[in-house]
Amino acid sequence: MDTILPILAGAIFATGIYMLLRQSLILTIIGIILISNSVNLALFSLGRISTENPPLIAAGSVMPEAPFANPLPQALILTAIVIGFGLLAFALALAYRSYKELGTVNQDELLEDPEDTSSAIVTHTENNENRDS
Amino acid sequence: MNGLLVLPVVIPLITATLALLFRKSSAMQRWIGVAGMAVLLVSVAMLFRDVYGDGIQVLQLGTWEAPFGITLVADMLSMLMLGISAVMGLIIAIYSIYDIDKQREQFGYYPLLHILLMGVNGSFLTGDIFNLYVWFEVMLIASFILLALGNSRNQLQGALKYVIINLFSSLIFLFGVALLYGMTGTLNMADLALRLPEVENVGLVTTVAMIFLVSFGIKAAIFPLFFWLPASYHTPPVAISAIFGGLLTKVGVYALIRVFTLLFTQDVGYTHTILIWVAGFTMVTGVLGAASHYEFRKILSFHIVSQIGYMIMGLAFNTALGLMGAIFYVLHNILAKTNLFLISGIAQRLMGTFELKQMGGLYRHYPFLAALFLISAFALAGFPPLSGFWAKLTLVKAGLSLGEYVITAVAILVGLLTLFSMTKIWMTAFWAAVPEKGVPDHFGKMPLFGAGNLYIMVVPVMIVAGLIILVGLFAQPLLEICLTAAEQLLDPSVYIEAVMGPQ
Repeated sequence: MDTILPILAGAIFATGIYMLLRQSLILTIIGIILISNSVNLALFSLGRISTENPPLIAAGSVMPEAPFANPLPQALILTAIVIGFGLLAFALALAYRSYKELGTVNQDELLEDPEDTSSAIVTHTENNENRDS
Repeated sequence: MNGLLVLPVVIPLITATLALLFRKSSAMQRWIGVAGMAVLLVSVAMLFRDVYGDGIQVLQLGTWEAPFGITLVADMLSMLMLGISAVMGLIIAIYSIYDIDKQREQFGYYPLLHILLMGVNGSFLTGDIFNLYVWFEVMLIASFILLALGNSRNQLQGALKYVIINLFSSLIFLFGVALLYGMTGTLNMADLALRLPEVENVGLVTTVAMIFLVSFGIKAAIFPLFFWLPASYHTPPVAISAIFGGLLTKVGVYALIRVFTLLFTQDVGYTHTILIWVAGFTMVTGVLGAASHYEFRKILSFHIVSQIGYMIMGLAFNTALGLMGAIFYVLHNILAKTNLFLISGIAQRLMGTFELKQMGGLYRHYPFLAALFLISAFALAGFPPLSGFWAKLTLVKAGLSLGEYVITAVAILVGLLTLFSMTKIWMTAFWAAVPEKGVPDHFGKMPLFGAGNLYIMVVPVMIVAGLIILVGLFAQPLLEICLTAAEQLLDPSVYIEAVMGPQ
């Protein structure tokens, strides 16, 4: 496991980079998902994988029975997975919304420089109407 | 142990929750938004008093002793950053009352603004590198939504670039954390500072340092990783642009300062030389980008990049004077930059556009606004006696005392070019004649104070302009505090002892 996991993480990372550079926005996001998973794997394997006692503290003692496995990487990965899940859900929602609004997932077309930059601003008069209504 | 340390994180959380409860009522949300920022400012001031009087304050959450639990640490650098972010939060909350439309308010603008502040404050306070990642993500998710809120075409385009590059940078950061953990078996920054010098493979430590440089560099928008910033910061409403331009990149700078003074000091000759080069290119490319644009907020966005270069330069010097200059520069820049963004918003309300070529006559009809602009623009360019002068003077002095003549010359030259693009805004938007067509009817008739309630936007700008002048005129006390912060950074043993107990 000690050698397989890092190699696997590297391979997934490389695939992720390839996908990240593709033109379709969806593929780019899949790339991010892959990289996210490979980083989690790396975090897991860098915490040292071992087959030892579970890190459970028996009643009455203060330390688990040595040698025990390192529980921290799993806690870290769990946090990272949850955060990654939330962010990716948002990224997908954003991609969907952009597709609806701009009609394409091709990034060359999606990311053309906007010409008029003030459209996000509600003008003074509109704003006041909104206020009053 | 100091319980006050949780307040800068907890207060925005409570405020955000309260604001969510009153989602339907714009008036309530605005009051809660402003009041929450005011309470935050008071709590930060109380904490500042403790740090100023008694040195570094530490809180071990859940009384788990370091390095096992999560530690919150407030040293002088954290305090200065917390202080300026609380001031800016209050300013932006007031400005938002007028600037943010009802729809955005109902879709959670105020809760998001406070969650953003919570993430920023958490990043400044945490003493745990994995926890720093978590706070970064809190800050990011709030900023993602703020940037996209409103769903206009430009915002979606800006948000896509911003989201993808930032997700990527966070993953690199996490990978760096994984490597650090694999090498040392700890995540507490003070403990890391103790263990890293013991790592035999110095090359690997330097590699991790570079991974962190790339990750934080994307967030701080340094050369050559800054392209997302001018592509996205000019798209949302001005209040959001202003808080992003003022605070978010500076969180990246803070993280860089923290890791390159506390953790990665093994191979200074290599890492800090890279930082100097990066600083020089960041300054120059940023200011050249600004010179070639004619959109108010785009110019300002490129200037953010250019100014980041100065801060990295101070960090790269790695002397008390250099770090003091860098910290002072961060504080001054947050004031000046936020204020320029806020002024661009007022100008847009009056003229209906951000395109400089379609603007003009602001000086003739709104001389007071022109004066406010001049104060902030001159501060940014570094005119005495405004805040920017002292910031640049300290950095130049630090550069000369080290014999780094080239980078110092670049810094001075970039200051001149900054003045050039500020003059460009002045000549077109303020001094030129009123354009013949395309000017809204209310231009020239709507007063800054009085009917139309524009004063809600003008008063925050006046406060910040006042602060810029104050910092400029009474620079010495603040410079001394910055020097204390720099000395704490250069002598990590104080920080380590505060967190880990006597060694």
